[in-house]
Amino acid sequence: MAISPDHNAKQEAIGRIDAPDSKNSPSALPAIETLSLTRRFGALTAVNELSLFVPPGCIFGLLGPNGAGKTTTIKMLTTILPPSAGTARVAGFDIVRDTVGVRRNIGYVSQMISADGALTGYENLLLFARLYGIERQLRRERVAEALRFMGLEDAAKTLVRNYSGGMIRRLEIAQSMMHHPRVLFLDEPTVGLDPVARHAVWEHLRGLRNNFGTTILMTTHDMEEADELCETIAIMHLSQAVAVGSPSALKGQVGPEADLDDVFVHFAGGSIEYGEGYADTVRARRTARRLG
Amino acid sequence: MAKAMQTPSGLAAPRGASAKESAVTAFVRDTAAVAEIEIRKLGRDPIELFTRAIQPTLWLLVFGQVFGRMKAIPTGNLSYLTFMVPGILAQSVLFIAIFYGISVIWERDLGILQKLLVTPAARTSLVLGKALSAGVRGLSQGIIIYLLALLLSVPIRLEVGPIVAVFGFIILGSALFSTFSLAVACLVKTRERFMGIGQVLTMPLFFASNAIYPLSVMPAWLRALAKINPLSYQVDALRALMVEGGQSIFGLGTDLTVQLVVLAAFVLLTAKLYPNVVR
Repeated sequence: MAISPDHNAKQEAIGRIDAPDSKNSPSALPAIETLSLTRRFGALTAVNELSLFVPPGCIFGLLGPNGAGKTTTIKMLTTILPPSAGTARVAGFDIVRDTVGVRRNIGYVSQMISADGALTGYENLLLFARLYGIERQLRRERVAEALRFMGLEDAAKTLVRNYSGGMIRRLEIAQSMMHHPRVLFLDEPTVGLDPVARHAVWEHLRGLRNNFGTTILMTTHDMEEADELCETIAIMHLSQAVAVGSPSALKGQVGPEADLDDVFVHFAGGSIEYGEGYADTVRARRTARRLG
Repeated sequence: MAKAMQTPSGLAAPRGASAKESAVTAFVRDTAAVAEIEIRKLGRDPIELFTRAIQPTLWLLVFGQVFGRMKAIPTGNLSYLTFMVPGILAQSVLFIAIFYGISVIWERDLGILQKLLVTPAARTSLVLGKALSAGVRGLSQGIIIYLLALLLSVPIRLEVGPIVAVFGFIILGSALFSTFSLAVACLVKTRERFMGIGQVLTMPLFFASNAIYPLSVMPAWLRALAKINPLSYQVDALRALMVEGGQSIFGLGTDLTVQLVVLAAFVLLTAKLYPNVVR
């Protein structure tokens, strides 16, 4: 089932994916690899020569002040935005040359409330099961699996506008996992959630990784979340990754008593806001209001 | 064994999907999925469709009656009201479709669009699916205008064939103008600008068409505009199919071809512009 351990075979396997339903396949291929990834908007460089390496099965946190380039990075990695320079591979596929290959192997959960309130949870899932090309015979099973996995079986027939914030977020994660993506992108997954719902989302994300070997890349402003959930974090500042490492290693670099807030301030230099700050803030507040 | 399971780059099977599935099958499935979801939502909240009936009612009851009495506009063997009914139907189709693009701005703001765009579904499916659901909104207008016309004793062709054909043209016209609207939304990106432009677009499209007066009475410059206006071809087909004695000037084949070609062009254009909205 797994890719041959032979080194040459591994080399060959670059640009390929292994059998469709292999779970936890011990592959040395990075789930995400970026090389000098750059995006400019006119005179503004939103992401500047970003080189990251995310191993498979890792929960990876992208931190940084508003406007540091986190959202632009995710847009490029999810093929919505082409890079101005540099390259990246996601699940082994080039984000420019093989956008469909990337899209078949990723899931995306927006920071905003993106589940459709006018539909039931089941309908929300069914739409995405179809768009992800899950075969008819398998669809029902995958929808049921996702509902069960996210603890939403009882709410499947309820219109989403009657869900709580935590339920909506779990439904959105369910929508993004039915095709068993190799990489899941989450933009501030717990913004605006109460502590109980927040912990539930964390548990479900860990479960996804443990059960399906899903690699998770998430952005967050919540240092507790980064500390609790992420094995590796990268701090972005002024469109570059200024620090990458495990939360404990980064804390160690800053000082013996340092917490992640200190790490953030140390590397991102306080809270100076640039570029996308206003739009980001409006979006975050709107989401928080709708959830809260 | 391990090697046999690897697939070459580009042909890699999507998870849970058949590798052999053709692009056409996927296109049809995804288009149907998007359209079906939109129609389900419409079915749950149909109030808008009824409020939409007010404007065509006024046009027929007030404008149609008054102009009919004046006999100012030469409409051949048709009474003015009979001439006008298909035009007002086409107008309703245009008005309901031309603001449809705002839904893509909504979906962008809600994060739904980003999520749709990162699925493997072709952008053309996402666009055409929405366009077809707009067709169903257009059908509701068709039903309302048929009822109004019967109430006003307009001689309607109550035969199955022509009625089915009228509904087909309504879906086509709604899809065409809603796709145009989606393209505009992709370019302007904000609700405020979109509403402004929508207002600006509707009236010229309506007046530069044969909806409420025939091509023959137009000055040459307006007739030239009317002939490149897809709405004229919609009106022409509806007039031939909907009312007793109605005749097509361009020919139904031309009406169909022109609208299909313009729809296809708009779908391709909009699919290209679609990711713009979230950038």
